[in-house]
Amino acid sequence: MSLSVDAGARTRTVPPGPRRHARPPGGRRLLSWLDLRAAPYFFVSPYFILFAIFGIFPLIFTAWVSLHDWQLAGDKTFIGFENYSELLVDDKFWNAVLNTVGIFVIATVPQLLLALLLANALNKKLRGRLVLRLSVLAPLITSVVAVAVVFTQLYGRDYGLVNWVLGGFGVDPIHWQNEKWSSWIAIATMIDWRWTGYNAIIYLAAMQTIPKDLYEAAAIDGASPRRQFWGITVPLLKPTIIFTVIVSTIGGFTLFAEPVMFGAGLMTGGTTGQFQTVAMFIVKEGFRDFQYGYAAAAAWILFLLIMITALINFAIVRGIGRSR
Amino acid sequence: MTTLTHRAPKSPPRRRSRAGADGLDPFRATTMTKAMLGLAIFLSIFPIYWMIVIATRTNEDAHSMPPPLLPAGNLGENIQAVFAAENAHFMTGIINSIIIATTVTVGIVIISTLAGFAFASLTFRGRNLLLLSVVLTMMVPLQQMGIVPLYQMMVTLGWTNTLKAVILPFLVNGFGVFLMTQYTRQAVPRELVEAARVDGASTLRIWWNVAVPAVRPGMAVLAIQTFMLIWNEFLWPLIVLTPDNPTVQVALRALNDRYSTNYVLIFAGTTISIIPLLLVFVFFGRQIIGGLMEGAVKE
Repeated sequence: MSLSVDAGARTRTVPPGPRRHARPPGGRRLLSWLDLRAAPYFFVSPYFILFAIFGIFPLIFTAWVSLHDWQLAGDKTFIGFENYSELLVDDKFWNAVLNTVGIFVIATVPQLLLALLLANALNKKLRGRLVLRLSVLAPLITSVVAVAVVFTQLYGRDYGLVNWVLGGFGVDPIHWQNEKWSSWIAIATMIDWRWTGYNAIIYLAAMQTIPKDLYEAAAIDGASPRRQFWGITVPLLKPTIIFTVIVSTIGGFTLFAEPVMFGAGLMTGGTTGQFQTVAMFIVKEGFRDFQYGYAAAAAWILFLLIMITALINFAIVRGIGRSR
Repeated sequence: MTTLTHRAPKSPPRRRSRAGADGLDPFRATTMTKAMLGLAIFLSIFPIYWMIVIATRTNEDAHSMPPPLLPAGNLGENIQAVFAAENAHFMTGIINSIIIATTVTVGIVIISTLAGFAFASLTFRGRNLLLLSVVLTMMVPLQQMGIVPLYQMMVTLGWTNTLKAVILPFLVNGFGVFLMTQYTRQAVPRELVEAARVDGASTLRIWWNVAVPAVRPGMAVLAIQTFMLIWNEFLWPLIVLTPDNPTVQVALRALNDRYSTNYVLIFAGTTISIIPLLLVFVFFGRQIIGGLMEGAVKE
């Protein structure tokens, strides 16, 4: 369009005239052309420069470090995949993987179920909506460390509220740190306490996009609230549920602060590593024992585990897409 | 899940449905629902309440059975003890955390608003690919993955135990860019950008005079979420800072390690540590809920 207009203008003007006048507009045009072309890159560059330095570079360098016997003060020898083959038979590493996956499962499944029920309840007609939603979200303002400190006291063997309540039912005092199952439960409740309300709010947002007449029609057809919940709400919420599962997966696989604080600030995760997670394992190897290469290899295996889980999630998403 | 369906709950059918389907209203809160909500709220609030109660008590009370459930008058004393506690450096921790969280929040909001505007309102080669890379990296736990070389990098640069070593890596936040892209797309009509361009405004001017005023609510939501997130960061500051120059979370850990039997001291420390976020929550509660819910619908 603009081209043909230009052409028309040119034929009408006298040759020497526009030459003299074309200079300043031409310069301005160049500037505005530059502005149009280059400005977008200028706008995104702060993010991508920082991302390159503090995101991508460390990631690639981790791979490089993982191929070395790399210890404190840069003392390094290239050893190929030896760190990986050593890790694959390292019982302590697999123990950490088991703990991470175990805590993830026993934390996430009840958490998301409870969040769904809670969101459904919040979606009813209630007075004081904002206060209700904020109360449910309140745990999020406490830091992970604060949560861990408080819950570690709640789970204290001698003066803990939990043992006191259980004692009322005739249960003997439990030393929560001592066993795998008990420490997993304790840590899982910390995670759930902090995140259930958050997920409920996310679900609530998705629930409010479901047209109300769907429920009204179902109610007129005589479907009970429970059937409406499982027959309408949950199926329509599936994309959101998948989203929260993926977010929980990343959070769960990088679990660190809760078990550290639960174990008196140590990276060992209990006397026999009964609640040492992979993130704790990496920090212990890298920053307590200064085995940088070994820690880097563990970080890459952790990444692979997350990717595998994410791929499984992705497959589920696609499966749902097809069945619709 | 678009804006169209998103607006549905605000439309009026509520009253009509109550009159129409008497007793069948699927959104009536039953006693069961109310009881469940009551329990959920109790469980959410109680640990925070109990933490504050213990912070106002003496150690003797904290060790008594049954544990105390009402506050007493020792809060001031305990808070003084927290700041006086040797090797915890609590005051330094709070100051450091305020500096770090504020700087990172301002940085992320600016970086994300700039990039979000480019992705949403400008056309350029490689835009989709770059945006995809942002979304993909949201799925990678960069911090945990690259922690070893990141630390070595800081050692090489001589930046260990400096606040910039904490701040700079935290500025990489794909979520912020994604959020602002979504927000700009919805809040800044493309015609407006084109009109400003025809009027001869430069891209930077358009950003500042057209986009920024329109996306201010989105910036506020991002700022609140970022501040809360960074205030609570634990792993990276723990590694890159020394114990005498901690963040508040690292100082809390030191307090917990050193005085593990002094419950009231630790609980007073945790109480202090949540005050800034409690304030954010009280003043910006509506925005937090709104931001979370809008973000969720757009995912």
